[in-house]
Amino acid sequence: MRIPHPLLGLRDLREFTYLGDAALIDRPEATADEDKAALNAHVFLRDNPAGTHRELWYHEYGDRSWLVVTRDTRTHEILGAELARDVALAAGRDR
Amino acid sequence: MRFSAFRLIREGLTGNRGWKPLWRDPAPGPAYDHIIVGGGGHGLATAYYLAARYGMRRIAVLEKGWLGGGNVGRNTTIIRSNYMLPGNQPFYEFSLKLWEGLEQEINFNAMVSQRGVLNLYHSDAQRDAYRRRGNAMILSGADARLLGREDVRRMAPFLDFDNARFPIRGGLLQPRGGTVRHDAVAWGYARAADRLGVDIIQNCEVTGFRIARGRVEGVETSRGYIAAPSVGVAVAGASSQVMAMAGMRLPIESHVLQAFVSEALKPAIPGVITFGAGHFYVSQSDKGGLVFGGDIDGYNSYARRGNLPVVEDVAEGGMAVMPMIGRARLLRMWGGIVDMSMDGSPIIDRTPVEGLFLNAGWCYGGFKATPASGHVFAHLIATGQPHATASAYRLDRFERGLVIDEKGMGAQPNLH
Ligand SMILES: Cc1cc2nc3c(=O)[nH]c(=O)nc-3n(C[C@H](O)[C@H](O)[C@H](O)COP(=O)(O)OP(=O)(O)OC[C@H]3O[C@@H](n4cnc5c(N)ncnc54)[C@H](O)[C@@H]3O)c2cc1C
Repeated sequence: MRIPHPLLGLRDLREFTYLGDAALIDRPEATADEDKAALNAHVFLRDNPAGTHRELWYHEYGDRSWLVVTRDTRTHEILGAELARDVALAAGRDR
Repeated sequence: MRFSAFRLIREGLTGNRGWKPLWRDPAPGPAYDHIIVGGGGHGLATAYYLAARYGMRRIAVLEKGWLGGGNVGRNTTIIRSNYMLPGNQPFYEFSLKLWEGLEQEINFNAMVSQRGVLNLYHSDAQRDAYRRRGNAMILSGADARLLGREDVRRMAPFLDFDNARFPIRGGLLQPRGGTVRHDAVAWGYARAADRLGVDIIQNCEVTGFRIARGRVEGVETSRGYIAAPSVGVAVAGASSQVMAMAGMRLPIESHVLQAFVSEALKPAIPGVITFGAGHFYVSQSDKGGLVFGGDIDGYNSYARRGNLPVVEDVAEGGMAVMPMIGRARLLRMWGGIVDMSMDGSPIIDRTPVEGLFLNAGWCYGGFKATPASGHVFAHLIATGQPHATASAYRLDRFERGLVIDEKGMGAQPNLH
């Protein structure tokens, strides 16, 4: 697997570590008691699809940016990669 | 047909004409009392124990492919009970005891071989951790021996004891651990279940559940609708897909784990040897092949094949601890899809849907659990209550803060 880094081009899998579903960006605030179900779902539950998956990769042995990679989990075909920062900003988060 | 030495001789003398298929190939019936989804080790064992221990009848196992095509036929065959936490260790020791009587019970040679499992340590801290683990094992009724460097050298003189980064200082040995021929486990349970009247239906994929007023009524399959008031799901890597059809999201990610087998060699390796520090473990099959592996690849996958960085990592680990492995040629390698849970421990529980039961989250280590998993899942399905050794494997343990996290890694499946 090679990941098409938006700034650095095709990079080898060895340079990255994997976190998981890109939905992890949307951490709920969960300050009130009634938010606990949302926080539980955020921390522990996953869609885990067989097919297209948007997921967080960290370019640890590179520029140390977080990427959102879109990948087919059945074939490992990589369909795209964006900077996670751009994804978070576009979703209205402050970083 | 009972298997015995007498039978073998008789068949040998009469041209082997008396052997019959090990199980029937029935068409799916319209309705059963119990349906088990998934004909892997756990599903087949569950069906067997439901019939044999709990007296249940009218049971079907529905398997989308063929028996042994999933992880039960892809694993590296290691059995052991060297866990540490109270929610886990008694369960795995229960399983090891079931392995010890399994072949007699199901009248099938599964080549259960208690050749010992040795975990190497390289530092004082690791030795102390293994001493603690060994004591936890002994408390659960299992066996454990802490070995020094010279004890290990007598068992496995070929290891690189003076490796600069990971010199071998000793190991934790479980003499009763070992290996089992994995396909024989699937076939043996299938045959034993079939003899008790269980319908084992291959090429039958479950494609949906019929649920009314919160109760399961049956399953839709590629071979038509089948009714049942009780459905147990044991589909390993496919758990999230199957349970999504019942409207559930699971604390599970599916990952690929690779395994490797060398060409056949003369007997060289006494038991199972694990080099955790270098992500490598190895044993030698009775055919002579070195069977080895390492860590999961580490990203969500349903591909049943992994990538080269892990191949390299495993090969490096092997070369570091056992340089002689460099002379062996690799014969085969493959991957299997493992159901990694959020705390590294399994789930055996009821679900919010009445009559629907879940057995999942086995990570890279559910083969050793096969007999106990089947036994306790059958207990849950038959009685509605968790079995004493599996009472911690609850589905809601995550939100209740009762995780069973042997490695202390948190909700990060690729670190367990
Ligand atoms: C490479 C590798 C090495 C391993 N090494 C070890 C080891 O040394 N020791 C150990 O203890 N464990 C090991 N494991 C883990 C162990 O193999 C698994 O945890 C265990 O086999 C899972 O249970 P099972 O046998 O029931 O799974 P499986 O054999 O995978 O059974 C699940 C079955 O469900 C079927 N299924 C899926 N979806 C559907 C559907 N919709 N309808 C009907 N059927 C369906 C599948 O086709 C499959 O046959 C290893 C795993 C791998 C991949």
